[in-house]
Amino acid sequence: MRPDSATSIGVGMFILLGLGSVLFLVTQTLSMNRISASGTYALQARFDHIGNLKVRAPVSLAGVTIGRVTKITVDASQYRAVVEMRIDSKFDNLPVDTDASIATTGLLGGKYVELNPGMEEIALQDQDEIELTQSAVRLENLIGKYMLKSPGDK
Amino acid sequence: MSRALRECWLSFGQFAATFGGFQLFSLRLLPYVPKSLLRPGLISEQIYSLGALSLVLIMFGGLFVGLVLALQSYNTLVEFGSTDSLGAFASEALVRELGPVVAALLFAGRAGSAVASEVGLMRATDQIAALELMAVDPIQRIVVPRFIGGAVSVPLLAAIFSAMGVLGAYLVGVHLLGVDAGAFWSQIQDRVDAYEDVGVGLMKSFVFGVSASLMGVFEGFYAAPTAEGVSRAATRTVVITSVWILLLDFIITGMTLPEV
Repeated sequence: MRPDSATSIGVGMFILLGLGSVLFLVTQTLSMNRISASGTYALQARFDHIGNLKVRAPVSLAGVTIGRVTKITVDASQYRAVVEMRIDSKFDNLPVDTDASIATTGLLGGKYVELNPGMEEIALQDQDEIELTQSAVRLENLIGKYMLKSPGDK
Repeated sequence: MSRALRECWLSFGQFAATFGGFQLFSLRLLPYVPKSLLRPGLISEQIYSLGALSLVLIMFGGLFVGLVLALQSYNTLVEFGSTDSLGAFASEALVRELGPVVAALLFAGRAGSAVASEVGLMRATDQIAALELMAVDPIQRIVVPRFIGGAVSVPLLAAIFSAMGVLGAYLVGVHLLGVDAGAFWSQIQDRVDAYEDVGVGLMKSFVFGVSASLMGVFEGFYAAPTAEGVSRAATRTVVITSVWILLLDFIITGMTLPEV
């Protein structure tokens, strides 16, 4: 049975428009650095305090996002936070003495992981751990310190 | 007093019977779905009348919701000096919440009630009995194509609604209120996630589409075979579907929001 042509045209156009809208929403919302043609590799780092870091927070190198935080757990034996992240494989030459710190965008913005490359020749591999880490700077602690300081001491 | 109690008990019993009947009816439909896919002509007819003919309503709805949303959120954001995130704000709300929910509510009003009254009228004029006499299964021939047509149409309609809404927000935000176009789009890319926001929105609207079209065919199929019965079926479809969609939306949102 051949469905009558007006209906087919209507259905065809409707479905095309619908799929077009999905495509529009996906392409407008998917930032390109989130998917990488060359794949990703995993790194992890242990922090004393991660502030308010969230899964999916960006990992940045020189201010450019090169990866995402994928998982945050607590290492119960060391009482430290373990942050797992995936880095774009294009950046596979990070030295082993790279240090990771938790930074804030703007004054009250979201937290992200900032990588500062070191000087070593050997590069970090998949599943490696970043040894040098700096905890999140807690604004409320800083404010507390300044407030409790008496005007006399410098 | 005892009479009031008895009335309460009776209406509760009626509610339970309808609710149980609805579940059984849904289960009964499931095995028909694969067989129905072998006759795409019937389904495409329904996609046309339920989905394609709802397009104008959905597109207008989406556009105007986007326009209003941009105006309204600009008004709040301007106080914090963060009008650049107008795009992210509007499109996140549209893609996650307003698109699926409002599109499904409009669909229930326009197409769900039409299905209920069409099937109800078939019942009232004994067309369903006639099909049974000719050994044509009315569920296969009448009910399942309408169900599949609705379930396919609603996610597409919701996506169109959201896209039109983002476009509306763009028109108001960038052309009327002077938000920077680059900031508008880049904030959207930064804040809205393809899987967690667009994907969840699509999943939601599929669930809503299944519920809305199930409710329509159920109410129509079991409508009282009178003029009043048909009109009540149409009314009940819209009322119950709307309440059900809003309730489901709360549950799904609670389950899927990452930072709650």
